Amino acid sequence: MIAGRSHGPKGDSAILDRMRARVLVVDDDPALAEMLGIVLRSEGFLPSFVADGERALAAFRESRPDIVLLDLMLPGMSGIDVARAIRTESGVPIVMLTAKSDTVDVVLGLESGADDYVVKPFKPKELVARMRARLRRGEDAAPEMLTIGPPGNQITIDVPAHTVARDGEEVKLTPLEFDLLVALARKPRQVFTREVLLEQVWGYRHAADTRLVNVHVQRLRAKIEPDPERPEIILTVRGVGYKAGTG
Amino acid sequence: MPIRRTLRLVRRQWRLGVRRGLQVAAPARRAWRRSLHLRVVTLTLVASSLLVGGFGWFIAYSSTQILLDRAEDEVHAQMLGKTEYAYQQLTVHRQVFDRTLPATIIDTVNRLADGDSAESGGAIVSLRADHFPDLKPVTSVKVDTTSLITADMVHAVADSGQVAQQIRTATVGGVQTKYLVYGSPVPTSFGSVELYYLVPLTTEDRAANQIRTIVLVTGLALVILLGVVAGLVTGMVVTPVRIAARTAQRLSAGLLDQRMKVDGEDDLALLAASFNQMAANLQRQIVRLEEMSRLQRRFTSDVSHELRTPLTTVRMAADLLFSEREEFDPAVARSAELLQTELDRFESLLTDLLEISRFDAGFAALDAEYTDLVPIVERVAERLAGLGERVGVSIELRLPETPVIAEVDPRRIERVLRNLVGNAVEHGEGRPVEVTLATDEAAVAVTVRDHGVGLKQGEERLVFNRFWRADPSRARQTGGTGLGLSIAVEDARLHGGWLEAWGEPGGGAQFRLTVPVRSGDRLVAAPLPLIPRDRAVDAHPPALDEATLADADNAGEPAEVAR
Repeated sequence: MIAGRSHGPKGDSAILDRMRARVLVVDDDPALAEMLGIVLRSEGFLPSFVADGERALAAFRESRPDIVLLDLMLPGMSGIDVARAIRTESGVPIVMLTAKSDTVDVVLGLESGADDYVVKPFKPKELVARMRARLRRGEDAAPEMLTIGPPGNQITIDVPAHTVARDGEEVKLTPLEFDLLVALARKPRQVFTREVLLEQVWGYRHAADTRLVNVHVQRLRAKIEPDPERPEIILTVRGVGYKAGTG
Repeated sequence: MPIRRTLRLVRRQWRLGVRRGLQVAAPARRAWRRSLHLRVVTLTLVASSLLVGGFGWFIAYSSTQILLDRAEDEVHAQMLGKTEYAYQQLTVHRQVFDRTLPATIIDTVNRLADGDSAESGGAIVSLRADHFPDLKPVTSVKVDTTSLITADMVHAVADSGQVAQQIRTATVGGVQTKYLVYGSPVPTSFGSVELYYLVPLTTEDRAANQIRTIVLVTGLALVILLGVVAGLVTGMVVTPVRIAARTAQRLSAGLLDQRMKVDGEDDLALLAASFNQMAANLQRQIVRLEEMSRLQRRFTSDVSHELRTPLTTVRMAADLLFSEREEFDPAVARSAELLQTELDRFESLLTDLLEISRFDAGFAALDAEYTDLVPIVERVAERLAGLGERVGVSIELRLPETPVIAEVDPRRIERVLRNLVGNAVEHGEGRPVEVTLATDEAAVAVTVRDHGVGLKQGEERLVFNRFWRADPSRARQTGGTGLGLSIAVEDARLHGGWLEAWGEPGGGAQFRLTVPVRSGDRLVAAPLPLIPRDRAVDAHPPALDEATLADADNAGEPAEVAR
């Protein structure tokens, strides 16, 4: 049920360990970190811990986790800077733990590269569900090539290879951005509401947090659109949601 | 009816003309209303024109009068002498048939005219005998005197035997000249003849004209000078006031370090000094309040973080205990359950408190985007269906067929509706709850109606108070925090919308949320009535009262939101 990421662990560790997803917990509160450890282990994860922002990147390189749990308020280097630093070298899923649910804080966190967020105090089941949703992907390996965008401004998506190219040049996307793009591209011309995208891409049910969708659509546009101010590949349908642009 | 039609046409034309005139005059009216300067100068000009005009007219009039009086006196005196002379000359003749009489008359007239021709400059002497048609009128100068010696005058002098005078203008020798005409009867031994003495008023006229010109020029100069002085004086007063107004505008725009220049020690300098003092005090206060507000927000944010992190740990620990409770002995297992449920309550209370403090700190921001409200209502109903089933309340939706798109913050709207529907289900007493959504071009409204115990009079305002409960002794089913409706009101207000309540004892309650379709628009009316239709038609006096209240509410901003 937990699939390793395609460029996941390649070490010689035990089969069991290979099945278990590795989690890097970046949190300065020792009690919370310990509790998270208890819960994560009981759910079959392999957690490792780091308590301050400055050492987070080193710990990330060393442990090569499948997913990162990141507290936004950290001593040393803020969670936002840590997320940015990780994003420069990896597309690994990042789930923010935040005490603030104000839009400014949430959007700032998402814009710095986090895929998802949970607001403290969260229920352990909710956190685990979110983490699994981020880890569960890439199971359908059927060869599939998708092309979207208006003529002259097209991008091609190689679904099994997890690559996106424009004019033969590869565009680096995080797995989440890739999933979002594939979801839209598989049914061009269909308008997706934010709620449907939340369910399909993030694995949410019954949630109306549209900020998550908005921010990631913006991040995706910034990477694939020649002019993100006037998008042609991912179009906004006012009052409804988004759709993929076609010729 | 042609007359009526013409009248109507005229009236329409008149109205059109008036309207066009008003349109043309609009910029002038605006300038008049806006500029104190213009008003003072105009008023000064008008007032001084009237005053100077009045004085000028009076001076010109009196000086002309004085000149005329003098001329009259002089002519009168000369006239007496001339009458006397004529009398002496003519009284020699006892009979009107005397052959030498015409010669005497001519001689007399010439003598009379010659006597003072030097000083009287073109005076005319005329002797007539109206009662003796045989005697021809003799005039010293050959001019037509009919326009100067009028029939009325002849009548007064010849028939009534009175001395008469008048001023006439006539063209003599191609020049228009004003004459003072004196007529006097001359008693002679053969009867009465009339002597007319015509003196040109050229000198007096010229003098009067000069006086008028001088008065006019002086008056005009005076008026212009007064206008200029008024303009300067007003400018001296208005300019600092304008500077003060501009500085005040800058201050209110947030440029708190704007100050006025203090010049001298007069009243205007006092104005500037007081203004600056006020600005300094304001700045100090605002900076202090800003600092306090910043600290408050910072505190809220810190408390939020500091409380939430340990609460997360507790929450996770409790969850772990709760999931393992079957392995504990009954007392410990029950404790784990209690811990779990009370943690839920604590958590929602903390969330609501933080939300309220965010509103109080003015930190709440609206993330408005165009959203379809139909799925939001459906989602809220779907989520509360479970609670409804537990308490035996069904949720009935009355939604339009088409999407209802409005520029709203979907999270806040969903929270408000969750609150309203949750409350309705909780107080529904097993009877269905109706949720209605409707829209027009300007506003979207959602009503949530229950058929429970309802609200007592006055409670429709109290429900929005923090921690207010309809009946403190009533057991709570869902464990609301008591802040839900207070937060909902704040959410509605953040949208520029209304949240209102209606209820009657035993008749249930209805809540109505109204928000503008475009964020920032002003609400005028709601597309749904606050009072349910089945209640509004009731003829009972309380229902009528409620109806009028609702009309008042529809007309303006309702009281509980306006606060």
